[in-house]
Amino acid sequence: MARSVTTQRKSFNTLIAWIIGLLLFFPILWTILTSFKTEAQAIADPPVWFFFDWTLENYRVVQERSNYSRFLWNSIIIAGGSTILGMIIAIPAAWSMAFVPSRRTKDILLWMLSTKMLPAVGVLYPIYLIFIQFGLLDTRVGLTIVLMLINLPIMIWMLYTYFKEIPGEILEAARMDGAGLKEEILYVLTPMAIPGIASTILLNIILAWNEAFWTLNLTAARAAPLTAFIASYSSPEGLFYAKLSAASTMAIAPILILGWFSQKQLVRGLTFGAVK
Amino acid sequence: MGQIVLEQVTKSFGEVTVIPPLDLTIKDGEFTVFVGPSGCGKSTLLRLIAGLEDVSSGEIRIDGRPSASIPPAKRGLAMVFQSYALYPHMTVRKNIAFPLRMAGLDRAEQDRRVEQAAAVLNLTDYLDRRPGQLSGGQRQRVAIGRAIVREPAAFLFDEPLSNLDAALRVGMRLEISELHNRLKTTMIYVTHDQVEAMTMADKIVVLRAGHIEQVGSPLELYRAPRNLFVAGFIGSPKMNLIEGAEAAKHNATTIGIRPEHISISAEDGRWSGVVGVSEHLGSDTFFHVHKTGLAESITVRADGEVGFKHGDPIHMTPRADMIHRFDDKGLRIA
Repeated sequence: MARSVTTQRKSFNTLIAWIIGLLLFFPILWTILTSFKTEAQAIADPPVWFFFDWTLENYRVVQERSNYSRFLWNSIIIAGGSTILGMIIAIPAAWSMAFVPSRRTKDILLWMLSTKMLPAVGVLYPIYLIFIQFGLLDTRVGLTIVLMLINLPIMIWMLYTYFKEIPGEILEAARMDGAGLKEEILYVLTPMAIPGIASTILLNIILAWNEAFWTLNLTAARAAPLTAFIASYSSPEGLFYAKLSAASTMAIAPILILGWFSQKQLVRGLTFGAVK
Repeated sequence: MGQIVLEQVTKSFGEVTVIPPLDLTIKDGEFTVFVGPSGCGKSTLLRLIAGLEDVSSGEIRIDGRPSASIPPAKRGLAMVFQSYALYPHMTVRKNIAFPLRMAGLDRAEQDRRVEQAAAVLNLTDYLDRRPGQLSGGQRQRVAIGRAIVREPAAFLFDEPLSNLDAALRVGMRLEISELHNRLKTTMIYVTHDQVEAMTMADKIVVLRAGHIEQVGSPLELYRAPRNLFVAGFIGSPKMNLIEGAEAAKHNATTIGIRPEHISISAEDGRWSGVVGVSEHLGSDTFFHVHKTGLAESITVRADGEVGFKHGDPIHMTPRADMIHRFDDKGLRIA
């Protein structure tokens, strides 16, 4: 009796999980489906689901009209660059907060996180002016720095929680064994924190890849990444839903694939400390 | 060489003073054990010597050199931690070689020394495993291996056996003692277990609340504890402490007599009481005797085969020359 209740319960939970999963995934699925429709079918009422004339026409047009590979390259440089730069700063920062905390460490961590609560648009104007001053507008360097700065608090927080899990005695042992600070971080701390570092890197690439506010506001043509590529197809005039969908699909495909292959790492990284 | 001198060393964490001014000299080649109840500051003292904590004031000299500005890595000391603190991502070989690698030795020399240490510690078959694949005793040996390869001026052990089961603990105790006999290197060993202290030490330092209560060889501490704390701490089972009229007969506030220095008889003796719990160890039996009018319970040691049962009347006679006398401040009366 008890057993059947558990089975029922299990199937119920599975069903709910699938429904929520599909709900969350639906916009992406719809975008992908739409990208293979003609513009007329894309706005058909009632909507067509799977039985339409599948076409690659939209992809051809998008590829013709704009240089996808240039946007892709910008995205890779900006997402990758901001991540590498961020890690160089975040690893030592998280190390010092986790292993040599001062009385103010907790406050600093909270303060850093609080910057994420500030509406980005609130600092757009000053940052825009700074960018003009330093000639960083529409450059990949400028964007890399800004994206690194916005994601830095999250990187430090994630690494901090990871480092906290590493027993301090092991680092002390390294010190006793003759390791200086550099060797301690390089040979002992980093290898032990690789899973944490990997998921921090992954999450950060995804966040930087999907970042739209700053990329749209601080770039025009030269440094524009894929977010700008999508935006260029959302025009108020004409029927471009199918082409917009095709552009979106092309923009999210790389990160979707990366995310798919690394989902285990990501889940572990995001729930670290919360579950044992 | 490995002489360690502590001079007026203090340590406080914020407002809390853990170590009040303390002087201690550890001679080269000596096996010194810091023993005391938990929270007595013995681990802190070890960490001060290691350099993992900074002294608040005073000076620690290692081989005559003031160590204040020397980081732990450069003190020439090796430490074995309670949790072993092995590097989980490295094989046993790499774990043991790590200090050599940090010292910049070439690969051939590293390998030679690792093989040598592994042979001594019976680890040769496990060199390519990771710590996670080893048992507790093997991990402990890897930690010791990592300490001995670098030929340190002194070894520091921080409760290294407390995570092992009882049988392994006895074995490792012997191994560490043998290691000391062979290497003749200074060793400082921290434990809360007075049996470890008694069996391994050349010199025992009994600590309480950061104070040194007594320093001496195991037998000195056993024969002539300087005060009631040491009297109660050293020896197992504990020394019986008796106050009141019986103590007054000896011109003392408190007298102490160890369980092994009381003879028992069914017929007569100086003291009498009723047998409570008896603990049979096979070789020995410990009787906890109640209703003696001396203390709540008097522990006596007898041969394994002595047949007193719960509730039997028993008579006890202490060996007069083995009675320890303490004054009203708890200090030994010579």
